[in-house]
Amino acid sequence: MASILAVDDSASMRQMVAFTLKGAGYDVIEAADGVEALNIAKSKGVNLVITDVNMPNMDGISLIKQLRALPSYRFTPLLMLTTESGQDKKQQGKAAGATGWIVKPFNPDQLLNTVKKVLG
Amino acid sequence: MSIDMEQFHQVFFEESFEGLEVMEAGLLRMDGGAVDDEEINAIFRAAHSIKGGSGTFGFTEVADFTHVMETLLDEMRDGRRPVTPNTVQVLLRSVDVLREMLTATREGASPDPEQVRIQQAELESVLASPGTAPPEASVDAAPESREQAPEAAGWHIVFRPHPHMMRTGNDPLRIIRELAELGDLQVTGDVSLLPPFSEFDPEECYLSWDLHLDAPVDRARIDEIFDWVEDDCDLAIMPVMIDAPREEAPGPDQSRLSAVSPPAERRVGERRSPEPRRRQERRSGQASPSSSIRVDIGKIDALINMVGELVITQSMLSLLGDDFHMGQLGRLRDGLAQLDRHTRELQESVMQIRMLPISFTFSRFPRLVHDLGAKLGKKIELKMTGENTEVDKTVIEKIGDPLVHLVRNSLDHGLEMPEERIAAGKPETGTVELNAYHKGGNIVIEIRDDGRGLDRDRILAKALERGLVQEDHNLTDRQIHELIFQPGFSTAEQVSDVSGRGVGMDVVRRNINELGGSIEIESEPGQGSAIIIRLPLTLAILDGQTVAVGDETYIVPLISIVESIQVRREMIHLVAGRGETIRLRDDYLPVIRLHEVFGIENPRATDLVDGLLVVVEGEGGQFGILVDDLIGQQQVVIKSLEANYQRVEGISGATILGDGSVALILDIPGVLRLAAGAGDVDQLQQSA
Repeated sequence: MASILAVDDSASMRQMVAFTLKGAGYDVIEAADGVEALNIAKSKGVNLVITDVNMPNMDGISLIKQLRALPSYRFTPLLMLTTESGQDKKQQGKAAGATGWIVKPFNPDQLLNTVKKVLG
Repeated sequence: MSIDMEQFHQVFFEESFEGLEVMEAGLLRMDGGAVDDEEINAIFRAAHSIKGGSGTFGFTEVADFTHVMETLLDEMRDGRRPVTPNTVQVLLRSVDVLREMLTATREGASPDPEQVRIQQAELESVLASPGTAPPEASVDAAPESREQAPEAAGWHIVFRPHPHMMRTGNDPLRIIRELAELGDLQVTGDVSLLPPFSEFDPEECYLSWDLHLDAPVDRARIDEIFDWVEDDCDLAIMPVMIDAPREEAPGPDQSRLSAVSPPAERRVGERRSPEPRRRQERRSGQASPSSSIRVDIGKIDALINMVGELVITQSMLSLLGDDFHMGQLGRLRDGLAQLDRHTRELQESVMQIRMLPISFTFSRFPRLVHDLGAKLGKKIELKMTGENTEVDKTVIEKIGDPLVHLVRNSLDHGLEMPEERIAAGKPETGTVELNAYHKGGNIVIEIRDDGRGLDRDRILAKALERGLVQEDHNLTDRQIHELIFQPGFSTAEQVSDVSGRGVGMDVVRRNINELGGSIEIESEPGQGSAIIIRLPLTLAILDGQTVAVGDETYIVPLISIVESIQVRREMIHLVAGRGETIRLRDDYLPVIRLHEVFGIENPRATDLVDGLLVVVEGEGGQFGILVDDLIGQQQVVIKSLEANYQRVEGISGATILGDGSVALILDIPGVLRLAAGAGDVDQLQQSA
């Protein structure tokens, strides 16, 4: 089964994302910020990364940029969680190499649909 | 798939209340003039997380309110709006309102709509006032092209990915597959851009497609599918009318819309019947009645490791027991020693779980000092050290109110007005220090100020007036300081709004005693005063001295014991009005015979020289407790008497000893009261 790295500094959001995805049978690894996520991604290799944008230590945009620069993540879908007001964040994310975004607030069904879409 | 979102609510509330702390602490530091980017960023992130979570979990009012705060913070973060004291104040007030909203929401009530409206209006007026740039209008594009959607019978799409598209993690195939799910799709591939094989880069996309979707779907559905790649391809989306001939692509269609924009900006109406429940106690985030605790994962891992070790030891011992012979005695001893060590380590790890940094309690003080200082017209600097000192969760919950009282006292009575300070040759700004540290198995919390100190004469005058002391008593400074812990004692000229809240120092001391701790005062006239609180690290386990009296065994908390001495005949003095005392160095200590207090029938020592005297510290003074013998020191697990039987004066709990017998744990202040009440020690409180 595909493995997904869920990155968010908010424990409740992270839990919600992880719980939903695990319920759908995905392997989920959680990380609380970009630094942690990058380390996990380097050591484990995941099929999809879903990251929040605003986080301490390393934000989502930098995480995406760094991940995209890694040979093993050149084609991996990297999704960011963003708010409806984050139009410029979407642009920054795209520029950094994000595949797409999930707009907050979202419900578990929307999340699953999006994940199914990118994981095929 | 239906998921019960409620299971995440508790975590959401916990982290939101933590977020509020972060915001408040950050704002207060900014108020002090320190503005650094990371600070604003941290505040912004906290607001952002609360907004995101509340939106996701359906707390629309909270999300809406936080959105306005976030917008303001975002402008400050981007440097589009200067950080002014006024803005900080507005944000601080908003934090308060948000806290009340979250508290109400957690309890299933509606926030007070009027208060929220007022605060939101205040935020919006700040936003409306010119910063350095006009506030950004909502970026959400209205679905402008909706009008053309319904009549389309199908869509003709020309999709030409840019070569790099796959490097964004997007896949043209996925998009085509998704389109095919909407209806009948005719796909025509265009391979004209495919380079000769020698120049072929497998990571690039050379293909483009001409797509005919035969389905009367909304334009928005199509846009949504291409949402992520709109900048990574040339795209034309044209409606196909019924009977209309298929037309050629008129070039890339640039009209885009963000298809995924749920109506999150809905203005709040009162969704439930307004039942504004005002909650006075702030910070209920920590003292939640449905108690849960967030534990560092490292602590849990340590625990699991320890249990693993214990299981190994256990299996080794049981193997040994299967056919034991005396030749294995050494191994048995080793095993038991290991069991002992692992049990102790396990116990420590379990205790660790209940430990929280004292910063949970300290974090409220910057705000308190800030607000109070403004109210009193005093300049005050708060210094805190040792915020990471860990202490039992119950202590954290119960020490808050006494500390607030003590800090208020310091600000109100201790520190002088700026003019007075300058006149006294001190810096204009007064300092209050909150220190926490571990010392000998206890946690010590100090509240120090550099104010005027305790006024010895006024305290004494007041005590005389109240009949708490007699004229002829020659009291030491320390004994005078003790007087303020007497019930009903207050030296403030007038009961002020700030500290005169009907709670006296006697209540503070009682609360601290209930936690098994002690409190004392140091004061230097004109230089300041310090309140020193000693608390046990945990309430579940106690370091105790086991003592024997007759056939009974009692536990004296080690925290109370100063020393234990053998009394010699010449140390005994009879002092008029104070009964029998022991002269120890320069002090005369009153004596309590434990067997008299508890009515024990056959004590071995009734004469002071036959037994041992445990000198303890309680209610500010030292006194001696006569026991038959000291047995040993050990850690005992405290079992509540109140929960299992009833409250007994002089006894704080019970424990079970290694041999299975029950020993009672002495409550030193209680024993003192018992003895004083029995007339055994005359006026012990005053003379102590």
